[in-house]
Order: sequence, then structure tokens, then C-alpha cells
Amino acid sequence: MNTIPLNQARTLTLRILRHNPTDPDSEPRLQDFQVEETDAMTLFVALNIVREEQDPSLQFDFVCRAGICGSCGMLINGRPALACRTLTRDLGDTVVLAPLPGFALIGDLSVDTGKWMRGMSERLETWIHAEGLETKNLDAIEDAMDPELAEQLYELERCIECGCCVAACGTMQMREEFVGAVGLNQIARFQLDPRDTRSDSDYYELIGDDSGVFGCMTLLGCDDMCPKQLPLATQIAFLRRRMAAV
Amino acid sequence: MEIIYTDVLVIGGGLAGQRAAIGARRRGLDVTILSLVPAKRSHSAAAQGGMQASLGNCLGGSGDNEDLHFADTVRGSDWGADQEVVRMFTHTAPKAIREMAAWGVPWSRVRQGPHSITEDGEQKTITEPAAAHGLIDSRNFGGTAKWRACYVADGTGHAMLYAMSNQAIAAGIPVHERLEAIALICDGERCCGAVVRNLMTGALSAYMARATCIATGGFGRIYRVSTNAVINEGMGAAIALETGIARLGNMEAVQFHPTGIFPAGILVTEGCRGDGGLLLDGAEHRFMPGYEPEKRELASRDVVSRRMEEHIAAGHGATTRFGDHLWLDIRLLGAEHIDGKLREVKEICQYFLGIDPSRELIPVRPAQHYSMGGIRTDHNCHSRELRGLFAVGEAACWDMHGFNRLGGNSVAETVVAGMIAGESIADFCASADGSIQLATNLANDALSAQAAQLTAIADSTGNESAVELTKLMQETMTDKVGIFRRGESLQQAVQTLLELQRRSAGVRLRSSASGANPELVAAYRLPRMLKLALCVTHGALMRCESRGAHYREDYPQRDDAQWLRRTLASWPDADDTLPTLDYEALDIHRMELPPGWRGYGTKDSIDHPSTAIRETEIAQLIANYPEADRYQRQNLLMPFHHLLPPGFRGRNQRLEDTE
Repeated sequence: MNTIPLNQARTLTLRILRHNPTDPDSEPRLQDFQVEETDAMTLFVALNIVREEQDPSLQFDFVCRAGICGSCGMLINGRPALACRTLTRDLGDTVVLAPLPGFALIGDLSVDTGKWMRGMSERLETWIHAEGLETKNLDAIEDAMDPELAEQLYELERCIECGCCVAACGTMQMREEFVGAVGLNQIARFQLDPRDTRSDSDYYELIGDDSGVFGCMTLLGCDDMCPKQLPLATQIAFLRRRMAAV
Repeated sequence: MEIIYTDVLVIGGGLAGQRAAIGARRRGLDVTILSLVPAKRSHSAAAQGGMQASLGNCLGGSGDNEDLHFADTVRGSDWGADQEVVRMFTHTAPKAIREMAAWGVPWSRVRQGPHSITEDGEQKTITEPAAAHGLIDSRNFGGTAKWRACYVADGTGHAMLYAMSNQAIAAGIPVHERLEAIALICDGERCCGAVVRNLMTGALSAYMARATCIATGGFGRIYRVSTNAVINEGMGAAIALETGIARLGNMEAVQFHPTGIFPAGILVTEGCRGDGGLLLDGAEHRFMPGYEPEKRELASRDVVSRRMEEHIAAGHGATTRFGDHLWLDIRLLGAEHIDGKLREVKEICQYFLGIDPSRELIPVRPAQHYSMGGIRTDHNCHSRELRGLFAVGEAACWDMHGFNRLGGNSVAETVVAGMIAGESIADFCASADGSIQLATNLANDALSAQAAQLTAIADSTGNESAVELTKLMQETMTDKVGIFRRGESLQQAVQTLLELQRRSAGVRLRSSASGANPELVAAYRLPRMLKLALCVTHGALMRCESRGAHYREDYPQRDDAQWLRRTLASWPDADDTLPTLDYEALDIHRMELPPGWRGYGTKDSIDHPSTAIRETEIAQLIANYPEADRYQRQNLLMPFHHLLPPGFRGRNQRLEDTE
């Protein structure tokens, strides 16, 4: 492939934070693994080589390996990012990998984002609230929607719940119950959607306090680290203004 | 060991499983979903380009209806599909999309006025009518007569999966995450639940259920080069096969998508070509019109993939140290279109290839993409052999795809089949068959058997590596059971797989880590994946014809006279080394559309004697009722409404009905 630079024969050191919470004798520690770099190598490829050839007990999460499912968020040299689409050629000779903070550790690089996200979703009721969804006439032509509004909704819906914004959030370090940029962005998405019949005072009940939109300290870690480049800071500012007016 | 009771156990948290769960929950049943991963990470999210439903709102879709969608799907299947199921599907798809719209999917909408489009390499201007403004838009896809793929930019599956998951959360349906069903619990006659392993702790438990529904997706990972997520290892189909009772249909029907990026195999959507993208060879020459003058880049996937490999074999590929590939050119669509409607494609190109697709060519080569085969079911998504077992989506062979699936029909199938299965599961639970005796000894026996198997793996003193054997299987499948197949190489593949099966008994673990133990997971999945690989390969070896995605160089014709039959694979005895194959004939006398030419691909096929008889019969029926409208005519040829749940029988309204 003529678009990929060749001759990058490097030996990479992956320095991985290891811990198995199901093993009472396990102590968190950093462990180094050496991997020969290949063309177009991603951390998905490198970590699988480590597990297949060096340590079969190494835990990490990949599903789509194409940057769309959000499974493989981890700290890469201290910054939250998706491992599957991180090319090793963009990294130095030593790469430090650690699990995302803010979530329960399953083992090594694997964290329980699913449980956290489900809890957030239940708490913020991140679904369309409308009467008669179960009895809707599905034979009839659908309700029209402004094409630009549909595009704006999709902009906000591109969130993949990877957890990078939660891991990058200063408020999360202080307030465990904070709903994170991921939660606030979803509220912004439903607030924008005319199919959702909730009013601003309904949303205020959900996010009108320090665990919601008033907890944000505007440190912008979420906005800087979002792998989908969602306009998180703008959405939080917008929600804060609306909620202050309720 | 823990035993958990629920009315309905749904194994798999993608679109199909969650929709079936929501349907059953609405009927008052207690439903539990098991998922390998958080539900929103399911592979459904990877569907990019669109969902087929004949809404006919936009200009390119104008005049579309169920009849056209039906004919496209049957032709796409190369007449392998169950035509009644295709009718049920095409009738319900518009309802599915409208339901998803009500649930919050931000479908891309028609914008009135002039638009610039790219078609056959040319820029054109079309003008969308004011009446359609704001209704759901659709784009062009391969093998279809109309623009029918409704879409959300190129994140269609993602948007649908989030809306679906949110509705499941709203309905209070628990999703037990990071759990894997490793065996079904059967009392010899009916399915009563599953033995389940916790992928975080390694603990085993039993889930006892009145109805069990498998929705675990496909088995692409038995191949080395696949667009599938790493979780698509086919375990749902494998544990159904291991009951010895349930059967798998058409496992040799495996789809290869034309545009996997090379060499990683990551998918870029068919929407690239639907929106006007072209395929170029190593000399940057557009080659598809030479092979397929009618549909060019937009013939069905089996045909385009075959033509691409043919062109590479003729020496026209671009050569690299990883092998040969072709190019996908979407530069002509322009940066604005790519930034708006193909942004996932843009991101994939940027992150994995380091290129900008609005200025550079995308290296592509066909990659394994979809399993048409799966757990054979009846019209109600119920296993024909094992009562209490249901299957939906890619894990199932319901059979609307036959030997080749059209792009955008799978994501549509997930929701439609989920809607139908939800109702039929509830009907089954309400019937006399729907109750089970709570036989805890049955659960305990099943648990003990699985625990013993896992202990045997952990204690094995052999010297084989599960990872290495898995790789050998994947290499074999990609090299010998791919797009072009031959008797000798299929025979060699069967021998290799049998050898791997024998060696898999000697797999030893290097790590005894407690908890998740990914090495143990690879070890217990390997023999199950090998069984699926053998179903595919043995089925392909036996099928001496070419149909849809199954192409035999030594039998290049479609042979309706001998092979208008569905392959059914079973594994009656655990000690068997090969699947038992049976065949189920497709009855031409009941077909609405008898076999013919697809409108693309080769015209060369061997007719079944019944085809001409049925054609005459159909012509007669139509001549007898000259006044019949399209609904009445359809009903004369092949009635199907009685097969649908009563709530889904209504006529779909379209814009043209209101004019």
C-alpha cells in the first residue's frame, strides 16, 4: 500500500497497568511487553499480539475494532482515547496503557462502562418520552421532520458511550454522582427532539443540580478528548443557560 | 451454582434481540437479555449505509412498493429465499422504520428543491417535490430497482441501536452484560434455557426460561478476513447445533462484501457506491461496466465481489506487499457530501489508512461480511425441531436472504424479525406448550456437564494452542471456502478442519488466571467454531452448483433442477466429526416469482421442469382476473397475510396514496 510509510522497524514497549481484582493476591503493577512494530499497526493489533504470544491472561476490550462501538477506551500515555484506531506510528517507543478511571475495574485494561452507562441512562431517562408509543399506527406516513433538525440530532447522537469524557472530567474526580458530559449531551439531544414531550422543568428535575449541569467546572477535558469530536462544551453551556432560566 | 428463572431468555443484545425482547415484554412477560458486551456495543452498530424499506418518499424511490422490494430480494437471493418470508418482511419493513422513527431515530429527511447527485460517474441535478419535504429519505444500494435504503448519514445501525436500547431500558428490560451462553438446556423435546458463563468472574449459572431466543449475530470470525466485530464467533448457532436437535440452514451461503478496506477488512459502506462512488483497478480504470453493463457497481454483492476477484486474478489489481487490491473512488462525490453523509467512512479512512477520501483513493478488496445461514426457523422465528427455541436476525435462517442478501436488508430484518418474534414468543408462552416444569435437576445436570468440560480444558496436558488452531481454521476458510470454490480445495479444507478438530482436543492453557481468563474462552469456543466451519465447508462441498454467494468453479451454473433445496445441517451425536446434511425442497408451485434471470450476473442456469408450469399457471391466474389491483393479484399468487401477527397486517400508506 503506497500510502503507508515503510521502514519503521521499531521495537515498541507497551507498559501496561496490570491488576486482576478476582485474584486476592493480585497487586496493581506496571508490566512491560516488547512488540515488533509493523506497518499500519494499531493498538488493537499490538495488544492482541501480546496476548497471543506473551501473556494469555491479559484483559482488554475490543468489539468492532473500527472506531464505532466505543469498547476500547483506555488511557494511552495518560490521555483517554480509543485504542483500536490509535496507530502505533503516532506514538513514541514506549507506550503507557492504563484502564479508564471513573469506572469499575474488571481487570487490566478492561473496565465496566456498560453498568455505568446503563445507570446514567436510567437516571436521566434517555429515551423519547411520548404518549401512545405502543399503540402508534405504523401503517400511516411518518411525521415530517425538518431535514436540518434531523442532521443536528444525529450530530449529538454520534456519541458512542466510550467513557473518554468521563475519564477526562475534573468534576468526576470530586463528585462520583456526576452524570458526565455523556449524560448531559444526551439530555441536550432529547431536549432538541420535538418527538420528546418533556419540558425544560422536567429536564431541570434530572440535571438541575451539582450532579448535573451545575456541577461542570468547564475544564473542557471532555471536549478535548471526545473521539467523535462532539461539541460537548457548547452543549453543556447551552443546557446550563436553559436550566438557569427554569 | 445459581439458577435464574425468567419467562423469556433472549441471548444477544443487538437490534433483533432487543426488539424481540421489547415485544415479549409488552405482552406482559418477564424478559431477560444476555449479552457478551454492553448492548449498545453490539455489532448492529456497524451497519452504516441504510435499512431497506419501500417508503418511496424521495424522487429516486418514487413508485416504490412492497412488490418491487419483494422481487429485488428474491432475485438477490438467487431464488434461495422463502418467498412467503420475503413477503412478510417487505410488508413489515415500512412499519419497522416508522416505529423506529417514533422511537427517536433521526432518519435523514428529504429536502425539497434541486440537488446535485452523482450517477454513473456523471453529475446531475434532481428536484425533490415539496410534498415529500421532511419525510424519510432513502439512498441507492446494490441490486435494487429503487432508492430504498433509509439512512442516518452513514451511522444508521448506530442510531437504530441506540434508539432500540433506550426503549429497552425504558421498558425496564434487564441486560445481563458480559455473559456468554455456552450450552442450551434441553429436556430432549424442548429448550428450557441456557448454561451461562460470566466473562468477568468465570462463574457458571443456569437461566431457566419458557422461551429462549437466540439473537447472537453471525459467525464471520471463522474467516481470517472479515468485516465482522471480534465477538461474531457464531456461538449462538453453535450451541443450537450442539443440542443435536435444532438444525442450521444454508450454512454454505456466506456473503463477501465488495468494499472491505485493504488489508484490515474494516467495512466501508455500500452507500459509497450507492451515492455514486466507482470501483477502479490498478490502472485506475473503471472496470465494472465491462462486466455488468446493466447494474455496473450496483449489481448485488455476490456478483460485484466475484467480478472484483476475477479482475484481480486477471492481473489488474494494484499490487502491494500485502497482496493485491482494487480502489474505491468517492472523490467525485465531493468533500461536502462526504463530510455530511459518509463521515464514518471519512473517519475510517483517516484513522486506519491516513488518507482523505475526498482527495485520495480507498484501497479495497472483498471481505467476509454476512452469514445468510443460521438456525433454521419457521415463519414465526421458531425452531422447527426444538420447541421453545426461537432465533432472529443474522443468527437465524428465517430465510429471507437465500443465497445472497441485499445491502440494507439485514438491518431491516433485525427489526422486522424482532417484531414478529416478540409476538410469536408471547403467543407460544400463552399456549399449552409454553409452560415448563421447573426441573432443577435438568439445570444442575447441564451445569455440571459444562463445568466438567471447562475443567477438562483447564487440566489438559496436551500441547496445542487454541489461538494457533483458530488462526489455522481462519486461514483455511479464507483461502479455500471463499468467493471462488472448487471440489478439490473444499475437500482439502474439510480434511484440514477435521485435523484441527482432532488437535483441538489437545489444547492446553498456559495461564490459570482466575476470573475472565481470555485463553479459556478461546479454548472452549474453538471446537464450536470448528463445527460451524465444517457445516459451511461440508455444505459447500456437497452443493454441486453455483447459487448467489456460493460459487463453484467446477459447477458454474445455477441448477434449479437438482439444487432448488435448502441445506439443513445437524450434529446428532457429540462424537460425530461431520455434520449430518439433509435437504428441504423449495416448492416452485407455491412461488409468487418462479426462478429466472436476476437482471445481473450470468444468465446461464439449469431450469427446473416446474418453472415453466408455474409461469403458465401465474399467467393464467392473472388473465382470469384482469380487474385485480396489485394487492389482489399478489393475494391470488401467494397469500401471506395470515402468517403475520394480526397487528402488522395493515396496508402501508405512501405519499402517492394521499395525492
